[in-house]
Amino acid sequence: MSAIVLLVLGLAGMAGGYFVYSKFIAEKIYRLDPDFKTPAHEYEDGVDFVPTNRFILWGHHFTSVAGAAPIVGPAIAVIWGWLPAFLWVVFGTIFFAGVHDFGAIWASVRNKAKSVGALTGDVVGSRARSIFMIVIFLVLLMVNAVFAVVIAGLMMNFSSAVVPVWGAILVALIIGQLIYRRMLSLPAVSVIGVIALYALIGLGPSVPLQMPAEVAGLSGNAVWILILFGYAAIASLLPVWVLLQPRDYINGLQLFIGLIVLYGAILLLNPSVVAPMVNSDVPAGTPSMLPLLFVTIACGAISGFHGLVSSGTTSKQLNKETDARFVGYFGAVGEGMLALAAILAATAGFASLADWQAMYTAFGAGGVNAFVEGGAFMIHNGLGLPEATAATLLTVMAALFAGTTMDTGLRLQRYIFQEWGEIYQQPWMKKSAPATLLAVGSCLLLAFGAGGADGTGGMIIWPLFGTTNQLLAGLTLLVITVMLVRLRRPMWYTLVPLCFLLVMTIAALLMQLRTFFNDGNYFLLFLDIVVLIAAIMVAMECAAALKRARTEMAEQGEG
Amino acid sequence: MHDDHDTGHDPRREKIRAWLSQARFFAEEVYSSRYRGAIARARRDEDDLFMLLVFSEMMGVPNPAAYYTLELQPLLLERFHDWHKRMGMERSPLDHFRCC
Repeated sequence: MSAIVLLVLGLAGMAGGYFVYSKFIAEKIYRLDPDFKTPAHEYEDGVDFVPTNRFILWGHHFTSVAGAAPIVGPAIAVIWGWLPAFLWVVFGTIFFAGVHDFGAIWASVRNKAKSVGALTGDVVGSRARSIFMIVIFLVLLMVNAVFAVVIAGLMMNFSSAVVPVWGAILVALIIGQLIYRRMLSLPAVSVIGVIALYALIGLGPSVPLQMPAEVAGLSGNAVWILILFGYAAIASLLPVWVLLQPRDYINGLQLFIGLIVLYGAILLLNPSVVAPMVNSDVPAGTPSMLPLLFVTIACGAISGFHGLVSSGTTSKQLNKETDARFVGYFGAVGEGMLALAAILAATAGFASLADWQAMYTAFGAGGVNAFVEGGAFMIHNGLGLPEATAATLLTVMAALFAGTTMDTGLRLQRYIFQEWGEIYQQPWMKKSAPATLLAVGSCLLLAFGAGGADGTGGMIIWPLFGTTNQLLAGLTLLVITVMLVRLRRPMWYTLVPLCFLLVMTIAALLMQLRTFFNDGNYFLLFLDIVVLIAAIMVAMECAAALKRARTEMAEQGEG
Repeated sequence: MHDDHDTGHDPRREKIRAWLSQARFFAEEVYSSRYRGAIARARRDEDDLFMLLVFSEMMGVPNPAAYYTLELQPLLLERFHDWHKRMGMERSPLDHFRCC
């Protein structure tokens, strides 16, 4: 199978989704009104509420939602073969992610730009809001733990990327200062930043830094995890303009450059997909594809995290309601493109099936390493870049995405602890430093508790992270569906994805429950039960809220 | 033609300049739009402390720099109402200083 054919099919499918399906949803279901006064105009304050050009808004929405997760998930899921992952990413983007992200913006814009959390309280009920807070906390906990494990793995496997990854942080700090102190204009700073970053990437392979296998009784991997959390704790306490903002900006540039390089390499090289279409010979211990595929790939097919971005900052800056389609749906398409590139790198970036099988020896073994090695193979053969440099480039890209997510994730987790301090009258917890320590401590507990003292088993929680992310998406879809019922519009376009997600999530949790029990991993067994309870509560809340909304409508109809 | 060039009216140059300023505007918007709120809030927190310093003498807190901060009071009056509301005081906290 030619990779170009897959690429064209995938892109054509997503383009069709944008031009046909999203148009239908915009006109017939959400019924966007170009004359509706959006919150950006109604509450314009020059700070949070600013009417923004739709291309700019798409740029910052897309770069906020796309990160390491749409790379890691698909790269793990191709263990079941390329077809299931490909279909789920393409159809997931068209019918799930696009409708969800676009819908979250619409729902928020129609409700004074409130966040999904607040909307769950207003539209569904206060109980649903409490569940929402619990699910959010679980998502953040898992995303931080899992990404620390991902970056640590990359640092151990690709020693050439250590200097560029940490150097990139220095570059971000410097450009942050240059911009803040208005020493240079932003385009000039961007060019300098990109040149500095790529110079570091070019330098990387000649200055590899390898963490010793054991440091003071801890494995190298564990040391990296500790360093990463130390870094993320400090970074999350700094004002946003110092590091997070310039870092995010560099990541945005990296995202576009990375996508162009990967797609360009595929088009020039036209590699063949060596991985099987459906893998009938999966390594021992690989869980069943159904339902695990649908939680292994969350970002890239549908992700609840997008709803937070859509309703957090994007909805406050939407210039016209009709822009929601371009910003939300096309943002999801952008993420689908990244996931598609990850699938192609992890299935077509190997010389032979044997090479591919040597990478995918166990569930979770391929993942981001397969993406880096496969992608580097394609860039080397397609664009002629040395393989070590190409691998460094992709490692830096993935590590920087994951690092920024950790920084943001820890910040949000700290806010939650501080809020709990407020609610439960614990003055010490309201302070930034203790709240950050609590956040870091809980993440470390998970990173090491999941897979033992060396931290290499932390990837076991990846599907569990997917389930919480899907639950979050489920709650957002519930808000949209209830709104549609109240407006007497067809609800199937959001209700079917919602039911599908809930069924798959609960099935995956039950299946994993058995695995954790058989493996004697009682820590994850406990966590699985917590998520399962949350999932069942979400499902019951859905049934109750929809019944309530329909009864209300029926009564109004009679009245 | 020569004159045009000298006064900076070369259409090509104008076009490039317009394009560059557009690029600059786009880049700046993308850079700042996501964090505008967070930064404004952080800045307001710092300003709040400054407000307290300026009005501290009036609230019975001795301020060695009162002689200088007094000068600033009229300038900060505009923000006074906003500030005392945000600090959780419905009315002006100063007996002799009515605000609302």
